[in-house]
Amino acid sequence: MDNILSIVTFIPALAAAVMALLMRGEDEAAQRNAKYVALLATTITFLVSLFIYFGFDAANTGFQFVEEAEWIFGLKYKMGVDGISVLFVLLTTFVMPLTILASWNVSTRVKEYMIAFLVLETLMLGVFMALDLVLFYMFFEAGLIPMFLIIGIWGGKERIYASFKFFLYTFFGSVLMLVAMVAMYFDAGTTDITRLLVHEFSYTSFDVLGIHVLGGMQTLLFLAFFASFAVKMPMWPVHTWLPDAHVQAPTAGSVVLAAILLKMGGYGFLRFSLPMFPIGSEVMTDIILWMSAIAIVYTSLVAMVQEDMKKLIAYSSVAHMGFVTMGIFAANQQGVDGAIFQMLSHGFISAALFLCVGVIYDRMHTRDIDAYGGLVIRMPAYALVFMFFTMGNVGLPGTSGFIGEFLTLMGVFQVNTWVALVATSGVIFSACYALWLYRRVVFGDLIKESLKAIQDMNAREKWIFAPLVAMTLLLGVYPSVVTDVIGPSTEALVSSVNTAVADAGFLAEAAEVNVAATNSH
Amino acid sequence: MQADLSVILPEIILAIYVMAALIGAVYTAKDKLAPMLVWVTAALMAVLGVWIGTSGSGTTEAFGGMIVDDAFSRFAKVAILLSAAAVMVMGQDYMSKRGMLRFEYPLLVALSAIGMMVMVSAGDLMALYMGLELQSLALYVVAALRRDSIKSTEAGLKYFVLGALSSGLLLYGASLVYGFAGTTLFSGIIEVAQHGEVTLGLLFGIVFLISGLAFKVSAVPFHMWTPDVYEGAPTPVTAFFASAPKVAAMGLFARVMHDAFGHAVADWSQIVALLAVLSMFLGGVAAIGQTDLKRLMAYSSIAHMGYALIGLAAGTELGIQALLIYMSIYVAMNIGTFAFIMMLHRDGKPVTDIRALNQYAKREPGRALGMLVLLFSLAGVPPMLGFFGKFFVLRAAVEADMAWLAIAGVIASVIGAYYYLRIVFFMYFGSEGVEVETARSPVLLAFFSAGAALMLIGVISTFGLEGAAATAAAMLVH
Repeated sequence: MDNILSIVTFIPALAAAVMALLMRGEDEAAQRNAKYVALLATTITFLVSLFIYFGFDAANTGFQFVEEAEWIFGLKYKMGVDGISVLFVLLTTFVMPLTILASWNVSTRVKEYMIAFLVLETLMLGVFMALDLVLFYMFFEAGLIPMFLIIGIWGGKERIYASFKFFLYTFFGSVLMLVAMVAMYFDAGTTDITRLLVHEFSYTSFDVLGIHVLGGMQTLLFLAFFASFAVKMPMWPVHTWLPDAHVQAPTAGSVVLAAILLKMGGYGFLRFSLPMFPIGSEVMTDIILWMSAIAIVYTSLVAMVQEDMKKLIAYSSVAHMGFVTMGIFAANQQGVDGAIFQMLSHGFISAALFLCVGVIYDRMHTRDIDAYGGLVIRMPAYALVFMFFTMGNVGLPGTSGFIGEFLTLMGVFQVNTWVALVATSGVIFSACYALWLYRRVVFGDLIKESLKAIQDMNAREKWIFAPLVAMTLLLGVYPSVVTDVIGPSTEALVSSVNTAVADAGFLAEAAEVNVAATNSH
Repeated sequence: MQADLSVILPEIILAIYVMAALIGAVYTAKDKLAPMLVWVTAALMAVLGVWIGTSGSGTTEAFGGMIVDDAFSRFAKVAILLSAAAVMVMGQDYMSKRGMLRFEYPLLVALSAIGMMVMVSAGDLMALYMGLELQSLALYVVAALRRDSIKSTEAGLKYFVLGALSSGLLLYGASLVYGFAGTTLFSGIIEVAQHGEVTLGLLFGIVFLISGLAFKVSAVPFHMWTPDVYEGAPTPVTAFFASAPKVAAMGLFARVMHDAFGHAVADWSQIVALLAVLSMFLGGVAAIGQTDLKRLMAYSSIAHMGYALIGLAAGTELGIQALLIYMSIYVAMNIGTFAFIMMLHRDGKPVTDIRALNQYAKREPGRALGMLVLLFSLAGVPPMLGFFGKFFVLRAAVEADMAWLAIAGVIASVIGAYYYLRIVFFMYFGSEGVEVETARSPVLLAFFSAGAALMLIGVISTFGLEGAAATAAAMLVH
């Protein structure tokens, strides 16, 4: 199977095409068929993607399963995975069947709904596998279309506003990256990512419109990519689209958004920003670390005062993504390992939390925290699952959340102790909002009349949570499943970045500039 | 002489056909012949297009350099003929149902096509003006095709008055260029411009020429006629305006700038860049408030011309290649979109109000999906083909060291995305409202689906478009 990556990527799209062309009708049977086809397609995708996982050689830090073919306009269709991307591929294929299962109760335009999710899966997988700049951009941007429709058609009351905001915000972030990509194409003469990774972009400082740009072209390119990935991530202060999008999206949409789409930002930092523009990263590191620290504390505080459960979890996502950016730009082994770990772990935990909200939303049709209370009496199984993932979100040792936070904090501590200090306080805040949410929803007396007849989770819902619980525990108690796979690749990444920065003697130049600036005063 | 005539053989054939058909139809069944004439004219134009595309090679000059036949003119001619033929066939059903199909229509379109063919192969300011006027005069009449409709006649009149003004500007520019260069031949002008500095008089001539040409491509600030003419003219005519004449005017623009002033790129590229930026932004911003689909498409075409002009502003071979690719993709998108607009009606009357599309996706999921593809392509969102058009012009801009132009372009594209999304919003998320019917016309459906399908298939293979554009661009840029 030489082209297993393409097969995995396009199975969902193929299923979507079959559904669009062959399936007709809106009756009950047609709806059920659409659901089963989607479930089947995503499950097959997952099973096939396991071949990638087992065939992957972790010791090899290069790209594996590489496919290459000529494409239009002199571009290349090139796919491949390495230690950094392979687990994101698995995360995507793993989460998708669960989201399909979670949308079993959808009853309007079911066929279109399933098609949108299947197309989205193809595009997300493509992002993690593409080894050509333009191909990457294509998958990256195209994902906006199905997500725009998912929020806009199947979303909540304010869905129109949220969908437009989501689309335009992220689109605006990405177009600057497009210009940077074109500039890279011009500079390096290729759009092949493997060759761009070894290409050294110029870092001679120059002036643009009278502003001294330290790190020159690398810094400008870095900023253009940063605009895109920071919005996608999302980092404070460009995170405001996320709470809107999360609240308005249907449950499955929120799950995909939190578990996979957000990871594209972090993946982008690791694939492009850090290795391709090490000097640009070095120049910006302090600012980004502080932005992350602010994000962690600020969004945690904001999360505390939310009335809407989904909004609360959305803000908590932003906070957790703050750990990721912090880890990545600490640019050492622990930081980068921790960032990837945190992303994967967040993929399971946030997905599960949104599903938890979905379970009670399906029953009561409200996400107001005040509308609940005392659920443990009627829904013991639910209370247990919710408790488990709340703990995961808080970062309790034994769950995957702990490892990610601990590693990133350890990484950043070596670089900037103050940032680590501020960020660590975020861990306490996260315990505050998560536990408080849990108390208000699950504990207390069951006094609300409407809740008296609420039913506990059914078998389908339990089965959705089972794999997520398993993964969260597995990663929590045996993190080597992840670190063994990503370790060699991140090690290579970190050492190449450090060598580039050391070779450039860049800090020396920066110091000279500072000296010159001081002298002139 | 023999050799000269053989260069413009396609034009001659088309011209003789038009005259013969005109006389023939006047003396026989007149408008009853119209449907047949549409098919015959379209078929002839398509055949000529294929013939030009497959036969010619190399560069031939005729009439002492007044007419040039090279890869660039062939590329533009093929695009002009095929798109004109397509639009004509597409509108036939629509027009005959509403009693607008007169026998002059296909013949006028063919006449303007001849004008366009002369435009793109002009090697001399006189030939340029001749072609331009032939094309414009035919278009003025076509715009006012609905003689009984105030809006249509108003569109025709506006187009005529403003068109005459722009022709005046262009002619004035041409006379200045002639005065200071001493020749009207492009090959002569370029030699004059080569020797040292471009004189002030010549520079003025260039500016006036550009103003006249900018009017024809409807670039800001010479765009005012576009929305009114687009809205007033019958939809098939609007579709025609948005396709072939735009390609021709762009082709002419590129030819004059490179063939006559190819050594003075630095002098005109800033002007063109400014036109491009203004067009992109005004096209994007002004379209936001539109509620009429045709007006919206007018502003959309203004914005698209802005992107194509980026390719010209780059002043390089890659820029011209990008321009040609962009225009080809643009024409394909427009044909699909206008086929869709023509399908919309209520009680037999055409509907162009965006709000009529409310919940369209529920009633016509297939067509809504096709339109979705076209709209995202117009907005330049990958993976649709429209994105690759934008990518190409951006690349040309960056390569020509005009990164600021590329950045302006992408920012404008975000603004532009909003109004295309708005149509998607009405189709998919809109509230229940007045319904719109969809005409069951197989021809329209065929063009619509082909347009939409091309936007997706084009991403896998562009059928040699890139190579042809590269050869054409290599011919033009010195």
